[in-house]
Amino acid sequence: MKNLDSVLAAYLAGWAIFFLYYVSVARRMSNLRDEVERLKGLLSKRK
Amino acid sequence: MVKSIIKAVILFALIAATAYIAFNYAPIEKSMGVIQKIFYIHIACAFSAFVAFGTCFYANVRYVFTRQAKADWLGVAAAEVGLMFILVVLITGPIWAHPVWGIWWTWDARLTLTFVLGLLYVSYLLLRSMIEEPDKRALFSALFGIFAFLDVPLVYFSIRWWRTQHPQPVILGGAGSGLEPRMRVAYLLMWGALTGLLILLMNARYKLEALRASVEELRREAEVQ
Repeated sequence: MKNLDSVLAAYLAGWAIFFLYYVSVARRMSNLRDEVERLKGLLSKRK
Repeated sequence: MVKSIIKAVILFALIAATAYIAFNYAPIEKSMGVIQKIFYIHIACAFSAFVAFGTCFYANVRYVFTRQAKADWLGVAAAEVGLMFILVVLITGPIWAHPVWGIWWTWDARLTLTFVLGLLYVSYLLLRSMIEEPDKRALFSALFGIFAFLDVPLVYFSIRWWRTQHPQPVILGGAGSGLEPRMRVAYLLMWGALTGLLILLMNARYKLEALRASVEELRREAEVQ
């Protein structure tokens, strides 16, 4: 079928953008959770 | 965390399933052929981006009047997610245009205004990264977000107001427009799946912003002590 590769490329690009964005949000969330734990530990030590 | 992963897996599988329906259930359009299948993801993403930017506009107006941090978090979540959807529109559009028009891109009203829309929300996020003081950052970005939203109706009506290379609307396009019934079903299923993804992403991004605010507060507390 003519242009089928272009159609697949378009769908894959869309799917990849959303997937990578979701992974990036999850990674940033994980980093921030670690930072919260670190800061809480620091504050409790000072008290 | 496990719940979010399960939701994400279900939604990504749902998008794949609706894409399968678009390929196998919806008929092949006569004049363009199989390349027209891009329509389902391209238009659904454009409408989802408008929903995200509309949410951002609502949150920005709400922040200006109430100064609630939650409105600011919703604003940035909606802006960033909307930007992802408009990025998909800007990538799938040229892939569709090249075999049909013979060119990847042209600076007509619809395409240019959509490109500008993407740039406006990139600027919104850049502006936020440049201001450190939280209240100032929230207010300035809310005011800029209200201004940025003005481009959304311009994008939507551009093909109705001006002669463009971009085709005339087939959804909500008035007399003579419309979709073949099986195409309509495939389109609505795709839009439903993408709207689910939009909600999931906005929810995750909102939680991230709330967590960031907690970190900023803890840092201030640590500096004071």
